[in-house]
Amino acid sequence: MIEAVRDAMDVAMGRDENVVVFGEDVGYFGGVFRCTQGLQEKYGSDRCFDSPINEGGIIGAAIGMAVYGMRPCVEIQFADYMYPGYDQLTQEAARIRYRSNGDFTVPMTVRMPTGGGIFGGQTHSQSPEALFAHVCGLKTVIPSNPVDAKGLLIASIEDEDPVIFMEPKRLYNGPFDGHHDRPVTPWKNHELGDVPEGYYKTPLGNAAVRREGREVTILTYGTMVHVALAATAETGVDAEVIDLRTILPLDFEAIEKSVRKTGRCVIVNEATKTCGFAAELMSIVMEGCFYHLEAPVTRVTGWDTPYPHSQEWEYFPGPARVGEALRNAMEAA
Amino acid sequence: MRMAYTACKSASKGVACRYPARPGSPRDKKEKGMSTTAANSPATEINADGPTSAEEPVEGSNEGHGGGSRRLSLFVPEPEFRPGDTPDFSDVPIPKAGSVRRPPIDVDAGDIHDLAYSIIRVLNRDGEAVGPWADLLTDGELVEGLRDMLRVRAFDARMLMAQRQGKTSFYVQALGEEAIACAFRRALKPGDMNFPTYRQQGLLLSTDYPMVDMMNQIYSNAADPLRGRQLPIMYSSKKHGFFTISGNLATQFMQAVGWAMASAIKGDDKIAAGWIGDGSTAENDFHSALVFASTYRAPVVLNIVNNQWAISTFQGIARGKAATFAARGLGFGIPSLRVDGNDYLAVYAVSKWAIDRARANHGPTLIEFVTYRAGAHSTSDDPSGYRPKAESEKWPLGDPIERVKAHLIKKGAWSEERHVQANAEVESAVLQVQKQAERHGTLHAGDKPSAREMFEDVYAETPAHLIRQRQEAGL
Repeated sequence: MIEAVRDAMDVAMGRDENVVVFGEDVGYFGGVFRCTQGLQEKYGSDRCFDSPINEGGIIGAAIGMAVYGMRPCVEIQFADYMYPGYDQLTQEAARIRYRSNGDFTVPMTVRMPTGGGIFGGQTHSQSPEALFAHVCGLKTVIPSNPVDAKGLLIASIEDEDPVIFMEPKRLYNGPFDGHHDRPVTPWKNHELGDVPEGYYKTPLGNAAVRREGREVTILTYGTMVHVALAATAETGVDAEVIDLRTILPLDFEAIEKSVRKTGRCVIVNEATKTCGFAAELMSIVMEGCFYHLEAPVTRVTGWDTPYPHSQEWEYFPGPARVGEALRNAMEAA
Repeated sequence: MRMAYTACKSASKGVACRYPARPGSPRDKKEKGMSTTAANSPATEINADGPTSAEEPVEGSNEGHGGGSRRLSLFVPEPEFRPGDTPDFSDVPIPKAGSVRRPPIDVDAGDIHDLAYSIIRVLNRDGEAVGPWADLLTDGELVEGLRDMLRVRAFDARMLMAQRQGKTSFYVQALGEEAIACAFRRALKPGDMNFPTYRQQGLLLSTDYPMVDMMNQIYSNAADPLRGRQLPIMYSSKKHGFFTISGNLATQFMQAVGWAMASAIKGDDKIAAGWIGDGSTAENDFHSALVFASTYRAPVVLNIVNNQWAISTFQGIARGKAATFAARGLGFGIPSLRVDGNDYLAVYAVSKWAIDRARANHGPTLIEFVTYRAGAHSTSDDPSGYRPKAESEKWPLGDPIERVKAHLIKKGAWSEERHVQANAEVESAVLQVQKQAERHGTLHAGDKPSAREMFEDVYAETPAHLIRQRQEAGL
């Protein structure tokens, strides 16, 4: 998926000279996850460059550039590092169009690796997507595979509004189904690892059905898509797995259509539970599908603790916990 | 140099001294000067005998050598004068007009460190323009500048009254600081971009931006260009080089640097100007802006308007009684200059210097405009609760309008009669525009933007959830 992300930026930079890429270590070195490798060499050091370690500055500079008329695509090295830039994102980037009546706009993309699974501990494993989805004026995208990552990132860069692009870092090197004790499978063996060349866009706001099913709907995104698929296979429950792809804008139609069909719903995300995006999804299902439900809607999430280090796999909502939730959903009523 | 406030009787009990110094006290002698430190100034005009240099031992001092027996105490800076005190700035060091040198625009920051501690001034007490920063503006331009400042003052007075009459919720005036935005604006070129705070209405009022649109915005009426969504006085006009005001503090300072970086990346010839107050230099964004501006040598002018007060908090809380605000730029290698912000000619000259420097690709400049907030912070503030009423009158840099007026009269290019007439014309014009604006309504009377407008421009295209909410609201 690293190559897909890099390819997206390459394509976007090649098509539009207003696209610039910067962030900590992204220039000469090409980023700590190598997502920007080669871009400085290809496009020059004024289109792809290293920034000071100052997330508020990175996002503030990107806002200024976007206001000028460019399309910055900046990297926050880990989602956990975004907090110093949160003021610039929430009170500035998100509201400049609104408060200026469209006089100024911020077509900017902020990329950041998200989620755990790499023994990153509490400062390299967080999933703060709810903190972005809560902010009106931002869009939040979380791909689950390389084909989507490229199409969604190009769409994000070309979007007229600020987009938070969260890259599940455990998926960088292959689809991860939560079985941490098994060998890593690379993307090359996966149908969604075969990234088309050149330009294409995956529209923001369209969910994808990763597995059709009749018995229960799983609403999920990012790494958890693969965990949900594994749990479905292992339990034999005929679940419909919906990959939301963007949590804002959200594909209400896909959610409601599926839950009304199955009558059961399990929501899976890696982030902490309280006020997480799973809570929002539950509300949406209750508001839109209550009279179609045959079982309580449940959620499987990370625990409400800081992301621990050595207890990573007790924290991570893996296929066993998702499978249990599926069985409970089927046994209720 | 020792910090004076550490010493007080209560220090021996481990309690910091929190009461203000009274005139004549030892503390008072050492702390005079608000933010007008002029350590390296070549000459002083008002100061009689310079800052007190003797370090007088004070009873209860905890600065004894080798003492391990005393307890620590926290230093909390206090302003010179509080309500009830008689403000006296007679020993504030103010460099003589014309005494500060004018370096070439490609100067290295390291060669002009003294300019961060002095105050560049052009108009002397006799109303003459003197020294190397003088003679950049014609009499005609100065008359225009004077009219710009009169317009700001008249506009502020009308809108302040309108707020008191309940026609809007909030207003912020620039009383006493009019020269800064008006003169800076004159030094810019079309296409340059300001990232202002809420006290730079002079940037718009000294251009052809329609005054009626400013009032419509203040009233949130049917003709409000921002459709009622934004707090009064938070104007926005890309066409007039005025970035949408946030109301958040300091964020725009960093954004100005980003805008300037973009201009440089694109090989453009436009420059940016960031604006910040003395209090909000304490924000992280101030540091971010200086880091990015110095790293990438961005074509940006970074303006600190030091008006001494951040609501009720004096500038020493942001500055820590150390150095000057301008001196913050020196560690970044950014040329940093202090200017008399109540001297239109000095403001223009230094602004022009920094703007020319940025446009010539020599990089950023940090300017500290030393001024005084003569009015309240906003209509939600009452300064009588924290500073003496007479402090503004005693402020040693005078009134910016009166100073230009005196200068023009001295040159024979203006007169008391013309001034009275000009002011009457400006006030009449503002009143006419106010009537025009009020035909479109005020905050609680007449027409206003539709409630549906509330849902517009959150995104370029309204997403499904907002359409649902708009329908739920019946709009």
